[in-house]
Amino acid sequence: MGIVTRGFRGRRSDDDARVPPGQYLTEDFPVLSAGPTPRISRDEWRFTVRTESGDEHEWTWDELFGLPIDEVTVDIHCVTRWSKLDTQWRGVSLDRVLADVDTAADYALVRSYGGYTTNLPLEDLLDGRAWVAFEFDGEDLAPEHGGPARLLVPHLYFWKSAKWVRALDLLLQDEPGFWEQLGYHDYGDPWREQRYQGD
Amino acid sequence: MAGTAVSGGLAARRTWRPAVLVDRRAETRSAHTLVFDVDGWPSHFPGQHLDLRLTAEDGYQAARSYSLAAPPDGQRVEITVQRTEGGEVSPFLTDDFAIGDAAEVRGPLGGWFVWRPEQKEPILLVAGGSGVVPLMSMIRARKRGNSDVEFRLLYSVRSPEDRLFAEELEDLVQNEAGVAVTWIYTRTAPPDSRRSASRLSVEDLRMYGWSPEDEPTTYVCGPTSFVESVATALISIGHDPSRIKTERFGGS
Repeated sequence: MGIVTRGFRGRRSDDDARVPPGQYLTEDFPVLSAGPTPRISRDEWRFTVRTESGDEHEWTWDELFGLPIDEVTVDIHCVTRWSKLDTQWRGVSLDRVLADVDTAADYALVRSYGGYTTNLPLEDLLDGRAWVAFEFDGEDLAPEHGGPARLLVPHLYFWKSAKWVRALDLLLQDEPGFWEQLGYHDYGDPWREQRYQGD
Repeated sequence: MAGTAVSGGLAARRTWRPAVLVDRRAETRSAHTLVFDVDGWPSHFPGQHLDLRLTAEDGYQAARSYSLAAPPDGQRVEITVQRTEGGEVSPFLTDDFAIGDAAEVRGPLGGWFVWRPEQKEPILLVAGGSGVVPLMSMIRARKRGNSDVEFRLLYSVRSPEDRLFAEELEDLVQNEAGVAVTWIYTRTAPPDSRRSASRLSVEDLRMYGWSPEDEPTTYVCGPTSFVESVATALISIGHDPSRIKTERFGGS
């Protein structure tokens, strides 16, 4: 336990068990991005998976979201310390997207419109734990929140849930993404408080 | 890894350190600057932030991130906290936290939204409300380092009494070549203001900012909706998106 600050009581919540260490609950949906918001229409949007052997699989909007859609209710945790409970999304599970992709990769580098990247182990995108999401709270996903579509990987800090997602590179070796090159953690498990490299 | 953007070793930046409040100043009715003495604080770059942690007697802890308000100065670490009505931490810091009281901090954090004194290109700073804090750290670092890089600050606030660092900024404009400040009043402008009260517009960015040909680096910090509209406007008048760095806070 740290140094006690005289007179500080704080406010506990009934939902404490659902809030990872060092996080606080918000009812808002704050935004964290490093630069301007890219604007991409559904017509021009494409999603590409590149395997370690260079094979490319590409989907248009209608092709990708013509796959079966999941309705997902999950808690999300941002490294800037807010958590938001019971957020509702619609999207396509990466299990379905990757079902016919032939790969032996262990890692994925996610690429976004606007140049953002983030890396994570491929297995964290599988087994019903990750989606390409296009709807939040019953509405089309707003551009500042990553619309038209973003990755949703709620069991990791939210910078891994890349906004404006456009491609997955499947890699044999891990390659750091944008925040990861700036000192953020390679994996980012909120329950182990993996905020920065070395955490 | 390319984590060299941030000074101090990794372990040093991850360590929670006791932070004793040694000075505090009211900046406005609702914002206060807190000055801490932090033993062993690693140096930082202007624009970076820290994590601050408060612990209650029963061990309950709450942590928040705050932008550093001043360039590195040994063990002296400054933040400026805007009181959020109903918040868990900021009202305690602005109203109750007294000189001699201790909390914990760690950092510096964030290696992207930084200005380095080696940068030679013109700089545009666009602040919405308390988003001016990390930008003020850059302005103070420029002065301290005797940099002759030209800075232009567009600072959007509701009314004159909501301005943070008003006197210091006025003073810089009078006495420091190379720093221009344009106050953008959104509700109430003083009678001698050169523009009437309205939201920051594309025209303001054209008139008081840089032209894309000057190839400035732009830092935009403020509430989400403010940052969104400023960044969009900058791109609409031809600024290169890759030269625009943003930091957003708050809901909406």
